[in-house]
Amino acid sequence: MISLNWVKDYIDLEGEDLKELATKVTKAGINVEAVISNHIDNLVVGEVVDCIDHPDSDHLHVCKVNTGKETTQIVCGAPNVRKGIKVIVALPGAILPGDFEIKAGKIRGEESNGMICALFELGLEEKTEETYAKGIEELPSDAPVGMDAMEYLGCDDTLYDLDVHKHRNNDCYYHIGFAHEIGTVLGKKVKYPESKYNETSDKVENYVSLEVETEKCPYYLGRMVRNVKIGESPEWIKKRITAAGMRPINNVVDISNFVMLEYGQPTHFFDADKLGKKVLVRDAKDGEKIITLDNEERDLTSNDIVITDGTTPTCIAGVMGGLNTEVDENTKNIFIEAAIFDAFSITKTASRLNLKSEASKRYGKGLNYEYTIAAMDRCLSLLEEYASGEVLSGELLHDKVDKTEKEISVTAIELNGVLGMSMTNEDIEAQLDKLDFKYELNGDTFKIVIPRRRLDVEPNKADLAEEIGRLYGYNNLEDTLPEVGTKRGVYVGDVALRKSISKRLRTLGLTEVRTYTLNDEKTANMFNNDNKEVLALPNPMSSDKGYLRLSILPSLLQTYTYNKSRKVDNINIYEIAKTYDKEYKEDHKVAMLISGNYLSNAVNSVNVKTDFYLLKGIVENLLKYLGTSSWSICINLN
Amino acid sequence: MKEKIGAIKLELDKDLETIKTTQDIVDIKAKYIGKNGCITELTKNMKDLSPEERKEAGMLSNEIKNYATSKILGKEEEINNAILNEKLSKEAIDITLPGTEIVNGAPSILEKVIEDFEEVFMSMGYDVVDGPELEEDRYNFELLGLPKGHPARDAQDTFYVKGDELLLRSHTSPVQARVMTSKEGKEPVRIICPGKAYRRDDDDATHSHQFTQIEGLIVDKDIKLSDLKGTVTVICKKLFGEDTVTRFRPSYYQFTEPSVEMDISCFNCKGKGCNICKNSGWITIGGAGVVHYDVLKGCGYDPEKWSGFAFGFGAERCAMLKYGISDIRTFYNVDLRETSSFDRKEEN
Repeated sequence: MISLNWVKDYIDLEGEDLKELATKVTKAGINVEAVISNHIDNLVVGEVVDCIDHPDSDHLHVCKVNTGKETTQIVCGAPNVRKGIKVIVALPGAILPGDFEIKAGKIRGEESNGMICALFELGLEEKTEETYAKGIEELPSDAPVGMDAMEYLGCDDTLYDLDVHKHRNNDCYYHIGFAHEIGTVLGKKVKYPESKYNETSDKVENYVSLEVETEKCPYYLGRMVRNVKIGESPEWIKKRITAAGMRPINNVVDISNFVMLEYGQPTHFFDADKLGKKVLVRDAKDGEKIITLDNEERDLTSNDIVITDGTTPTCIAGVMGGLNTEVDENTKNIFIEAAIFDAFSITKTASRLNLKSEASKRYGKGLNYEYTIAAMDRCLSLLEEYASGEVLSGELLHDKVDKTEKEISVTAIELNGVLGMSMTNEDIEAQLDKLDFKYELNGDTFKIVIPRRRLDVEPNKADLAEEIGRLYGYNNLEDTLPEVGTKRGVYVGDVALRKSISKRLRTLGLTEVRTYTLNDEKTANMFNNDNKEVLALPNPMSSDKGYLRLSILPSLLQTYTYNKSRKVDNINIYEIAKTYDKEYKEDHKVAMLISGNYLSNAVNSVNVKTDFYLLKGIVENLLKYLGTSSWSICINLN
Repeated sequence: MKEKIGAIKLELDKDLETIKTTQDIVDIKAKYIGKNGCITELTKNMKDLSPEERKEAGMLSNEIKNYATSKILGKEEEINNAILNEKLSKEAIDITLPGTEIVNGAPSILEKVIEDFEEVFMSMGYDVVDGPELEEDRYNFELLGLPKGHPARDAQDTFYVKGDELLLRSHTSPVQARVMTSKEGKEPVRIICPGKAYRRDDDDATHSHQFTQIEGLIVDKDIKLSDLKGTVTVICKKLFGEDTVTRFRPSYYQFTEPSVEMDISCFNCKGKGCNICKNSGWITIGGAGVVHYDVLKGCGYDPEKWSGFAFGFGAERCAMLKYGISDIRTFYNVDLRETSSFDRKEEN
């Protein structure tokens, strides 16, 4: 989930219609599947200017509420409603979560023109006994009467639910990355957050040293923050991460998650006092064990990467931390890891241990080291501000990242050659500016540098043509046909024979059906006339689709039963399909089933009933048609 | 002589009025114009007459002979017709009763869509090729730019059959890889490969673990994205009508670059917005793109010299749209009444 309120921290969206923006983004190639807005019309901040008991009830109150434009009467049942407080008022026309529309009406004879709301009624809190007992939400006394209540609460967010193709899910699932995509679509620049913090003279090197032994960790940055105070996060951080679909836990954990959702870079916080003197990153050993944060013992393999204190694993890199170095409510000093691990290895480990998380997914898609550094700075700055941390100077760094620029020289002719468009140099410049790609134009040659955040773009002309073409617009594509030699297409190999058989059988009155290859064990073994062994899937989805059929006939019988029960009496069908056996051999087979009448006339009962000889005749007709000069028919009576 | 002829004529007219059967005709023929008939007899006696008398008698007897012959034949036709009519009226059938039902062999709805594709593409020089369904990982993934362990692989969506080497193909693209590698980068390629593919999807109205893809590939010189668009337009006009318009949207696929999503103008509402196109006026019909450098290279083609495009359509999706079918399972749990109801000649 992408929160547009959050995105607005990095790019100016003033005056943009967010639904239209979603359409524009989708047109440029990033699919916004749904636009979710929690704005509620006619929901305002109000002031209770008068409150008396309902004459005909022992718990209702009749209130006069100033809603900015007018003062109106509302009946309210909450025990905490009283004169002078600021409240959230849903006026007639407001539609609350659950499609609950507020209407003007009378409650026990008293006029009521709206509802004073609790947060759970707005979907902002869960409905529990506790929140219910709390009654209506009391707003601070300085809340401006008449203001949109969601806006006042800072909850009037619009969320984009993205369905992104795999290429782009490394840079579109974090807010700065998505801000860049919006910037590309709108031709606006992205503003990065400022990360400022003070450093103590105490150095991280005084406490811990770093060693990286594995090739699977090209980048590892370690810093330390001391004397943090674990507590609740500020409201704005809680709101941000809640909107993006994560739960607030405490300030320290929330900051780690916040930064991941901001820069796409996961970080891991260790309790520095439990960590020991050394951080050693290495491949795990087969049979090595670690108890992870969820208190489960995990068996490791040599494919996994672990962080150790020199000997004992303290964290499964990129997947889950160890219980032995967990940050808890007593933690004072934190060691922060911001690293890049081998994407294949992390994905494999996470799926083997069934521990796929927001973090492991991000490692699995690849990371940009520039954001690893930025994410670390952001963590330090937030920990200083919101967890009273003291940032130690110095850093532990292991850096084997290839920093060669992704550079390419390309001309308009080459790009147009891929696309079949007629873009000018000016058109191309305009798109490169939107993409925020650095370039120089010398004569007719563009020298382009691809920014590191675009891990998916390689320096070749097809990739550049794609990036520039999608923005220039595929609506500029004409319908042309390939300029290639003329020839007649043919059916190649088996396809030709299959087509001939199919067409002949249709001429002979049989209807083609298609059925499933995968069956249950019993069905897959039926009509096993060649005495072959059935091929079973090693990891089936379910036992009824666990076996590859040896014969098509059982499926035709199922089709027969299915149609017979729907009162179809004359069933003359065939299927041409492959069958399989345990030796992984594929056979092409033709199967036929006839039943009921072949020709029928209900009135004069001149019917040709299906029987063995009719089927034999059909087979012989087919064989003759195919030019077979002699054949023998073998009957299997099983 | 004259009197004699007059008498014969009178008698003949009288006889003709009374006869009714074919036997009567035979008799009357014998009596008058047969070998020994009374008119034939007349001529026999003529040799005894004088030349003048003979001339007159000859004229008269010819006259009566012609008269008798035409009268008798006329009567014969009349009687035959009467007999036929009587016979016909006795043997009448009721032509309003139902005809005998002739079995009709219909193609599966999917095959029908495939044949539409084949017709268009074969006419443009595309060969129709198929390959194994138990496919090697190498053709299904590796040669298409997805090495083992690549995060973009749909490994968890694939039915592996033997270790990580052999699988039920998850798309028909391995056929393209096979054709390209078999040509060793020397010849152009123009193929479509309709066929079955399998993925670990739970079956519901819109998902099926077994499905039918129609993929196509061209590799030649100077092939560009706009050629793909023109080609797609031709097939979509064939499938959905001559007024169909195609649109490309940017997308990302592993095997192509640039990649596009192919949309057609809604054939139902013609762009006004309806249920079928979810009020957008456009319907997504498949994915496509310019063949990726790595795929060309991996399959033995020099990407500096060769280029191409590839596309993929779902046969089920095309059929669902074209024939208004709402449940994909219908194609595999076949209701024969439905199959035969779609077995109709079509426009264009």
